[in-house]
Amino acid sequence: MNWVLLLEQTLNGFQFGILLFLLAAGLTLIFGIMDLINLAHGSLYMMGAYFAATFTQWTDSFLLGALLALPACMLFGVILERIALRTLYTRSHLDQVLATFGLILFFNEFVRLIWGPIGLDIPLPGLLSGSVELFFGIRYPAFRLVIIAVGILVAFLLYLLVSKTRIGMLIRAGASNRQMVSALGININLLYTIVFGLGAVLAGLAGLMAAPIMTVEIGMGEEILIVTFVVIVIGGVGSIKGAFVAALIVGFIDTVGRSFLPDILGLFFSNDVADTAAPAISSMLIYILMALILAIKPQGLFPPKGA
Amino acid sequence: MKLGILGTLSLAAMLISQVALAETVKIGFVTTLTGGAGAIGNDMRDAVELALDHLGRKMGGSDVKMFYEDDTFKPAVGKQKTEKLVKKDKVHFVTGYIWSHVLLASRNSVVGKGPFMITSNAGPGPVAGKLCHEDFFSTSWQNDQTTMAMGEVLNQLGIKNLYIMAPNYAAGKSMVKGVSRTFKGKIIGKDMTKFPAQLDFSAELAKIRAAKPDAVFVFYPGKHGMQFFKQYSQAGLKGEIPLYSAFTVDSLSLPRLKDLAYGSLMTQFWAPDLDNAVNKRFVADYRKKTGRYPTFYAAQSYDTIMLINSAVTAVGGDLSNKDGMRNAMRKANFPSIRGPFKYGNNHFPIQNFYLRKVVKDADGNFTTSIVKTVYTNHQDPYAKDCKMSW
Repeated sequence: MNWVLLLEQTLNGFQFGILLFLLAAGLTLIFGIMDLINLAHGSLYMMGAYFAATFTQWTDSFLLGALLALPACMLFGVILERIALRTLYTRSHLDQVLATFGLILFFNEFVRLIWGPIGLDIPLPGLLSGSVELFFGIRYPAFRLVIIAVGILVAFLLYLLVSKTRIGMLIRAGASNRQMVSALGININLLYTIVFGLGAVLAGLAGLMAAPIMTVEIGMGEEILIVTFVVIVIGGVGSIKGAFVAALIVGFIDTVGRSFLPDILGLFFSNDVADTAAPAISSMLIYILMALILAIKPQGLFPPKGA
Repeated sequence: MKLGILGTLSLAAMLISQVALAETVKIGFVTTLTGGAGAIGNDMRDAVELALDHLGRKMGGSDVKMFYEDDTFKPAVGKQKTEKLVKKDKVHFVTGYIWSHVLLASRNSVVGKGPFMITSNAGPGPVAGKLCHEDFFSTSWQNDQTTMAMGEVLNQLGIKNLYIMAPNYAAGKSMVKGVSRTFKGKIIGKDMTKFPAQLDFSAELAKIRAAKPDAVFVFYPGKHGMQFFKQYSQAGLKGEIPLYSAFTVDSLSLPRLKDLAYGSLMTQFWAPDLDNAVNKRFVADYRKKTGRYPTFYAAQSYDTIMLINSAVTAVGGDLSNKDGMRNAMRKANFPSIRGPFKYGNNHFPIQNFYLRKVVKDADGNFTTSIVKTVYTNHQDPYAKDCKMSW
C-alpha cells in the first residue's frame, strides 16, 4: 500500500466532500424547512460560477470577483424565491419537481443568451494556480487546499449561526415543526426568504470555488446535483450536521473507490474484467451506500429532532 | 395549330421533368447544440453553412435544405432525432454525429432505411468493420487510427512507461485500444473515468504522480479536455511528466487554455495549416466568417457537405439514383480539406496522420501546426473485418 497516495486521496476526498457539503447544506435547509424540492439548486451553483467569472473579468481579481459574486447570488436567490418559488409551497412535491425542472431549462437558456454557448474560465492568481509541498512530501494543488479551508470555515460559521443565534433557532424550529413555528406568530414568509437566500449563497460559493478547477459551463450544476441529493438523503433531510458528515463520507468513498477499486478488483479478476467493471462499480458505490442507509435508517444518519 | 398544342405539351412535359429533377436535397445533421458540448455542434454548423456558401447553396442545380438536430449529448435523444429525420422529414442524407455512442445508437435507424448515413466525426470500430454498410460513409477517421499514430510517436520518443486516461465510453475504449496496438513500451497505469459525469480528476492525477510514468497520454474530447489540462497544471504535473493527447486540445479549447497547452503534442489527420489549396481557402473563409480557427470537427463537416455535393452532382440531381451517388462517393472525387484521398472498402478514408503541436500564429492566437507526418495513407485495422468490396 502506498501511504502517500492514500493520504493524498484522503485529501482529495475531503475536498470533494467539502464542495458537496456547501451544496447540500443549502439544499437540505430548503427541503427541510420549506418543504420545497428544489431541482434548480444546481442552477444556483452555475450562477455563482458565472457571476464570479464575470466579476473576476471586471475587477481582474479572483478574490474581489468571488466577494462580489456572493451578494449577487443572495440577491438572485431572493428574487427567484419571491417571483417563482413562493407560489409552489402549497403545491404537491410533483408540481415542485416539474416547476423547478423547468427552471433548470430556463436558466440554461438564460445563461446561453447572456454569456454565449462557449463556457468561461476563471484564471487563478499565480500563488494559487500551482501546487504546494505538504508533510511527507505530498504535493497538493494550492487552490484545493483553499477550498478545504473555506469549507471548514463556512461549516463552522453555519454551526454558530444555527446553534447560537435567534435566526438559527427559528431555522431549527422550522426544520422540526413548520406549523408550530407559524402558529407562534413567526413571520414564516420572511424566514423562507432568508433560508432560500442563504441556500443560494452556499450553492453560489460552491459553484465559484469549483469553477477554477473545472470550467464555467452551461449545465455544470446538473451532475453534481444528483450526488448532492444522495448526500442529503444519507445525512437526513433538514440536518446541517447530517449534510456535513454525509458529504465527507460520500466524497471519501467516491474518490477512494475511483482510486483503488481497479487494483482491488485486479487481485480477484482478470485485468480485462477489472478494467471494465471498476469504473462502473466505483460510480455505483455512493448509490449502494445510500440504499444501505435507507434500508437501515430510513430517516438518514442525523434526522432533525422531532421530524 | 396542331403543332402549337404539341409544342405546348412538350414544353409542359419538359417543365415537369425539370421540376422532378430539381428535387430539393434534404440533409439531416445530428450534433450537440446545447449544453457544454454545444460549442462543438455550433462549430460544425458554421462549417456546413460555409460549405453551402462555397457551393452557392446549390448541389447539382438543386436547392439544399438542412435539418439541424440536437442530440443533447445523449444516445437515446440522438436516435429519436435520427428517426424523425428519416421518417418525418424524409431526408436523403443523415450526417453529423460527434459521439460514438450516439452514432452506434442511431445507425440502425438509417442504414437500410433509404438515406445515406455519413459520420462527420465519430468512428467507432464496429461501423468500420463487421457493421460496415454500402450506405454508410465517413468523412473523418476510425477512432483507433489517431491514437495508433500517437503510439508510434511515443515509440519514436523513447517512452518506456506510459499512463493512459480516457472516458469510459465507446470512443474512449477505441482510443485506448488504438494506442495499445502500436505502443511498444509498458502501460503502467490506465484509468477509464465515468463519462460525461466525471469532471474532477484529482484522484487519477494523484495516482499518476505516484506511478511516475515517463509520459501520460489522454483522450478527453470537449470540455473534459480543458478541465484535464487545467487540473494537470494545478496539480504541478505540467513540466514534470510530459502530456500527450488526441482530440483533447482543439480550436475551441485553445483560446481558453492558452499557455496551459502551449507546446503540447497530439496526433491528428488534419491541422489548420495543412498545406493544400482547399484547406487554405476553408480556414481563411472560416476565420473571416466566425473570427475563430476551425476545429477538426468543422473541417470534417465541411468535407461531409462536399462529399454529398459530389454525389448529387454526379447524378445530375436525380436523388432516386442511389447507386450512382454511392459510386460517386466511393471515388472521393471532391475538394477535401485533407487533400486528395481514397476510400477503403469500408467507406472510411485511407489518409495521412500527422503530429501537431500547439503554437502561436503571427497575431499571437493559439493554434496547432503540423510537425511531421506519422502515417502516410493509413487504413484502419477494422477494414479487414468488413465484407464489402467494390
